[in-house]
Amino acid sequence: MAFVTSLLNWFRRHLVVIAGLLTLAYLLLPNVVVTVFSFNKPNGRFNYEWQRFSTDAWKDPCGVAGLCGSLSLSLQIALWATLGATALGTAIAFALVRYRFRARGAINSLIFLPMAMPEVVMAASLLTLFLNMGARLGFWTVLIAHIMFCLSFVVTAVKARVMSMDPRLEQAAQDLYAGPFQTFVRVTLPIAAPGIAAGALLAFALSFDDFIITNFNAGSTVTFPMFVWGSAQRGTPVQINVVGTAMFVVAVLFVLASMAVGNRRTRRKA
Amino acid sequence: MTTNPTKTRPDAADRGGDVRLAGIGKTYGSFTAVHPLDLTVARGSFFALLGASGCGKTTTLRMIAGLEEPSSGTVHLGDRDVTALPPYKRPVNTVFQSYALFPHLDIYENVAFGLRRRGIRSVKKQVGEMLDLVQLGEQARRKPHQLSGGQQQRVAVARALINHPEVLLLDEPLGALDLKLRRRMQLELKRIQTEVGITFVHVTHDQEEAMTMADRVAVMNAGRVEQLGAPADLYENPRTTFVANFLGTSNLVEAEVDTRGGGDVVVKAAGGKLVLPGARCSAPAQAGGRVLVGIRPEKITLTHADDAGSVPEGRNRITGTISNTSFIGVSTQYVVDCAACPEFEVYAQNIDRDPRLVPGADVVLHWDPAHTFGLDAGQSVLAGTTGEAGTAGDGAA
Repeated sequence: MAFVTSLLNWFRRHLVVIAGLLTLAYLLLPNVVVTVFSFNKPNGRFNYEWQRFSTDAWKDPCGVAGLCGSLSLSLQIALWATLGATALGTAIAFALVRYRFRARGAINSLIFLPMAMPEVVMAASLLTLFLNMGARLGFWTVLIAHIMFCLSFVVTAVKARVMSMDPRLEQAAQDLYAGPFQTFVRVTLPIAAPGIAAGALLAFALSFDDFIITNFNAGSTVTFPMFVWGSAQRGTPVQINVVGTAMFVVAVLFVLASMAVGNRRTRRKA
Repeated sequence: MTTNPTKTRPDAADRGGDVRLAGIGKTYGSFTAVHPLDLTVARGSFFALLGASGCGKTTTLRMIAGLEEPSSGTVHLGDRDVTALPPYKRPVNTVFQSYALFPHLDIYENVAFGLRRRGIRSVKKQVGEMLDLVQLGEQARRKPHQLSGGQQQRVAVARALINHPEVLLLDEPLGALDLKLRRRMQLELKRIQTEVGITFVHVTHDQEEAMTMADRVAVMNAGRVEQLGAPADLYENPRTTFVANFLGTSNLVEAEVDTRGGGDVVVKAAGGKLVLPGARCSAPAQAGGRVLVGIRPEKITLTHADDAGSVPEGRNRITGTISNTSFIGVSTQYVVDCAACPEFEVYAQNIDRDPRLVPGADVVLHWDPAHTFGLDAGQSVLAGTTGEAGTAGDGAA
């Protein structure tokens, strides 16, 4: 009886931790499965059942025709879409926060429209638009589409940051002999940087794994998500899991690195 | 410090000079924040713009800094018209309200900011000296948010002073500090100003702060300068009810002018007669006209009604009943109910306390007529008291 009571007490004390760990497991289980199956050696073309351990796929990630080409294309599009959306989105965010102009309120709400609209609807309307304009579907139509839907997210992220910025900081810079350009580079940009970085990361992630809009507007171009979707009809090569795991590891390393930098900074300050 | 040879500004030879505002005003749409005003701040002086929030004092300061474009008028520094110059081209630096320190830079870089923007390469010595002056040498590599309010305030001062501006503008620099620290920083700022000899223009809503620190004070109200002068002069000779009430406390009694002659004005108030020097009466006092008679609470002596006979001749006197007393330590504050004025305030030093002076006691208030002042009766008696912005300026202007 005493044992049961103490167990219950322990459980009660650690309830929050337990709930947190369970949620984390729920969140990470798919990644674990992806990683584990990247070491599988399936019989046949489908990588859905565990057979035996093998590092074959890791040794030859480009062994499947078209995979690495689509991956490189996706990375390129994601990179350019991030650059384009971040530059334009930052400009829009500053304009919306700092300047009073006609239709500012309307733009403020319209910016959210692409986020709210069902993706498949937007994909179809974009295709209609491109076809009516006589555009050739491919890299450029995909890039234009990606920049478009990433913009809303960048604007939202940067706007939050710019709104919390004290305008007196820029006045102080001007008061201390910094002209408009110096003020922007030395004060405005560094302070807005976390918001801009958050927007850029979001844009990269959204662009890299977008399937619906890309599939409608890519023509014969094949991005990585499209490749995965296409190959799933005929069989799933283990290499897909390898790429997925590698992306996950890169992301984790990125987070760890930024945390380390942050920690070092705090320690130096103290 | 004033002879520092590293100054690179083209007008390095022409140190300082007066700040001259000529007809400077600011309107936002139909709202007038600052009515066109003329103001000269003498070189090397400590000047305070004093007023309640929204009186236009900060707007005036920002127009000197170049952060606000005047709707009319000009700003001169010495002989130079700087009205059209942007803030980063004016030899003027500002200590902002709540400091506006750059959060992404450490203390050292905050202080070095102005020097670096002017292309000065070796800033180390100057920054080090400046940080020592404000006693923050140890904190050079800290970020602003790791510092206390008082330390941040000193960084803001150092960041501005290191540029050896012709004029240092201070926008309520002590507003965020607690009372004790504020008193210390007041003395500190005053010491720095005397040491570096730079013109300081200080904006504050704290009348005590303005009087402690400044050589000259401009009292502003509703976008106008109500009165300008040395602190003691403003306090002793207020010319409007706003100044009389905003700087310290004043007892104001409505009275009718009886006679005027021999330099004195005699008025009738609540059955008695009061005398005031004609020179201290800013109202047009003709016989039969109305004036407000003012007297500061600490000029008044309180005598119990039983000893009324001992009050010397030739003093202004009013009788009343004590309605309230509060003991403050160095002094006791009495509120006396008189026929002429329902809440007459009297401050008495606690030298010899008369135990009979308790609420309900009948007393005689008396004071030297030379301490009395007269104001135009056309103004609100309450202008300048708490919660009363007042537009009394029109009456006296």
